[in-house]
Amino acid sequence: MTVHTVKNSAGRSVPSEINGKPAIPFRGVGKHKPAGSKYSPPIPSCSDYPGDGNKVVATIEEALLRCGIRDGMTISTHHHLRDGDLISNRIFEIASVMGVRDLVWFPSASFPCNEPVIKYLEDGTINRIEGSMNGPLGRFVSEGRMKGTAVLRSHGGRVQAIQDGEVRIDIAVLVAPSADSFGNARGTGGQSACGVLGYAKADALYADKVIVVTDNLVDLPCLPMEIEGNYVDYVVVVDKIGIPEKIVSGTTQITKSPDRLLIAELTAAFLEKSGILRDGVALQAGAGGTSLAIAVFIHEIMKNKGWKSRLGFGGSTKYMVNMLEQGQMGYILDAQVFDLDAVASLERNPAHIPYSVFNAYNYHSKGNLTSMMDIMILGATEVDLNFNGNVVTHSDGYLLHGIGGWQNCLHARNVILPLPLFRDRIPVIVDEVTTLCGPGEMIDVIITERGIAINPLRQDLIDSIKNSELPLKTIRELKDEAERICGKPSKPVFDEKIVAAVKWVDGTVIDVVRKIRI
Amino acid sequence: MSNNTAIVGNSGPKTRSDCQISIEICKSGGLQTELVSRVGVLYGESIREQCKTQLEYFGIKNAILKINDSGALPFVIAARLEAAIKKLVQSDLEFLPGMNEENNYPSRRDRFRFARLYVPGNTPSMMINAGLHSADGIILDLEDSVAPEKKDEALLLVRNALRQINFYGAEKMVRINQGERGLNDLETVIPQNVHLILIPKCESVSSVIRVDEKIKEINARCGIDSQVFLMPIIETALGVETAFEIARSSASVVALAIGLEDLTADMGVVRTKEGRETFYARTRVINAARAAGIQPIDSVFSDVGDMEALRQTIKESRALGFEGMGCIHPRQVPVVRNGFAPEAEEIEKSMKIVLAYEEARSKGAGVVALGTKMIDAPVVRRALRTIELSVKLGLLAENWMDLQMDNKKQTD
Repeated sequence: MTVHTVKNSAGRSVPSEINGKPAIPFRGVGKHKPAGSKYSPPIPSCSDYPGDGNKVVATIEEALLRCGIRDGMTISTHHHLRDGDLISNRIFEIASVMGVRDLVWFPSASFPCNEPVIKYLEDGTINRIEGSMNGPLGRFVSEGRMKGTAVLRSHGGRVQAIQDGEVRIDIAVLVAPSADSFGNARGTGGQSACGVLGYAKADALYADKVIVVTDNLVDLPCLPMEIEGNYVDYVVVVDKIGIPEKIVSGTTQITKSPDRLLIAELTAAFLEKSGILRDGVALQAGAGGTSLAIAVFIHEIMKNKGWKSRLGFGGSTKYMVNMLEQGQMGYILDAQVFDLDAVASLERNPAHIPYSVFNAYNYHSKGNLTSMMDIMILGATEVDLNFNGNVVTHSDGYLLHGIGGWQNCLHARNVILPLPLFRDRIPVIVDEVTTLCGPGEMIDVIITERGIAINPLRQDLIDSIKNSELPLKTIRELKDEAERICGKPSKPVFDEKIVAAVKWVDGTVIDVVRKIRI
Repeated sequence: MSNNTAIVGNSGPKTRSDCQISIEICKSGGLQTELVSRVGVLYGESIREQCKTQLEYFGIKNAILKINDSGALPFVIAARLEAAIKKLVQSDLEFLPGMNEENNYPSRRDRFRFARLYVPGNTPSMMINAGLHSADGIILDLEDSVAPEKKDEALLLVRNALRQINFYGAEKMVRINQGERGLNDLETVIPQNVHLILIPKCESVSSVIRVDEKIKEINARCGIDSQVFLMPIIETALGVETAFEIARSSASVVALAIGLEDLTADMGVVRTKEGRETFYARTRVINAARAAGIQPIDSVFSDVGDMEALRQTIKESRALGFEGMGCIHPRQVPVVRNGFAPEAEEIEKSMKIVLAYEEARSKGAGVVALGTKMIDAPVVRRALRTIELSVKLGLLAENWMDLQMDNKKQTD
């Protein structure tokens, strides 16, 4: 099959059709605005549902059958149980036994625990995955072994695709640490608590059929109702939805690597000296070891200055909770929880509030939380001379990570990427990113252990630290330094075949991943 | 394994920035390279090319080369391959990577040596970023941190590291082995613009002289005119008793360090937190160094997780008269540097002295006075050092004197 490709506005060759459906090439940030109405799921009638509100059925099989599972359907799941999820693989195991074929799996993310899904991709049960995928699944896709073309979306892009009808979910299977028989569900309680269910809301609202799977059936009403039973078709109670120690870390740890700590210190110093960090900032940092260290250093600065952050957007950790409880943060709005301290905080602190990505990241929302954030700390596998960022492939061409909320977070006022200049021998700053995930105009500062590069579009930031002792360099200087140390890397060789499309937050195609030549 | 096969280097899931190389020299069959690399897509070709060039340099045409690479930088691969070759072939040839021009800075005998960071001599991942942590000196260690069977390959790795790694202004130091092996180490490291040699377990004047003469001989032979400084480490009871003679045994000796782990072992006592058992040794070494006009340097602090205890130890160390301490983890460096840094009061006083000195000089006055008090030259010297140190540690602006003058004008 020959695929017609066009150059999008970022200069990347992208197909005009993906999985038999027309695709719109990326047109630039904020340029694509689809018209019409949002997608609506079929109208249900309450007379079809038990009057006593009890929607419990015996097994996942039964629920899937009652939902009318058949070939070609789109099945969605969320990733709140992370690497401890026991249910998503099970769905496809059941489907495989039933002989259902060509399903589309639409997860909000996948984890290494989903490696068994490869079996069902190979036996034809699943046609393709549309969602962030990492590790073994990414490798499988990169080697061109998946039947359909993968579609990678950001967390916000996933909601966008659901709302504008690009993806129609036939069955959403939503695991919930606690639920009642009507289908009201939440992320806390029971043996498999994950904290919040920030990624499940759109699935519940827009899927044709919704199954809630829990291992902790509670009396009605299950409060707070993060998933409302009014959207739920069936409830299944199982022994175990997840492996607790793989759902949340007992405790998240700041990095121990002296080099990463150095980067974290430099980042905190930059935020302070540039004036970005100030009383009343809104901030977001991830749960990686370096980000956590930055949070600790920022906390220290704010404490010394008597400053208070207006709000922090989670993924929350004990480090954010410390800021909240010690008075350096007003609120934590939280889409996911990374450690047990943060789970406990949710129950204890009224200012620690579940906040869905549906509200925070969605392109079809009347405004986004991310654009209101002052400080956004993000990672990347590669950044190029034009500040373009890559988060899905490595320099060797393999697809190994999902986009997560990364693209959505680029809309923040100050986007800071603390990165090592090279990992082992692999330079992080390159001539051109292997896969374009975020346009350079949205990435402001790269902080490495060997210097800080500021996007020339942010002359204000350059001016703000001109007279400090911070090691300001151009991005080209950093790239040259990395190549002096590591040598100039060769490029991976790809085949023509497109194995994955990378969507921008608005649903347009910003780049593709091609099959690696082995 | 046949005696025409050699294996050097490290591999395994936890190894980073290193490689393991095995080489079998054959009679025929050309060069066969088997490369397994975490960075094969990006650097596979360049690794093969590099190895081929290097083997040709040593005149090896037929060999089976197996490389298990965990992202080693080129200078590491070169060191590993050379070590492997030299296990099989007697050769005086050296395959030297280029000298990083950024490293062509000199040292000074009286530079600060507060925090010297020890880096194991056979662990490339710890060397590459060692210079980034603002240590006054980086010690590439060939002695205790290198296993006996790894000594030869570590020596070549350290040689290449000295040539290639940017140490960002840190004084480049090597701790050589004891005895003959140590003298042999010098042959390899001295031509690489090394600034200072640490002599371990030093207990006699003659051991310092032997090192000093060997260095001078190598320098003369290689046409190097920069001086290499020496820092003997006192780690035995006999060393403690000989400290003063050692301290003034050569003009190259700039500092005297003490090593408490070995010393307590030699004395047959347990090293305690309070350190009463080594009090005599420490004060003796400090006094010997002071008497000889060189820097006394304290032992390393081994609990890398306990920064508070480190701070306490430094406080005592500085109060006794030590001017620096060894670090075994980069995170100790800022703590040590700050710990040995002058306190606010001391800076204030030094500023006054230096200003008075400058004023006297501009007036051509021979005597410096602060108020009614005469100030001796050594006091001025110490004040100048305190100021220099404060500027270097960022405690004082470089143009502090102008700022003071401006202030004065405004108040006048």
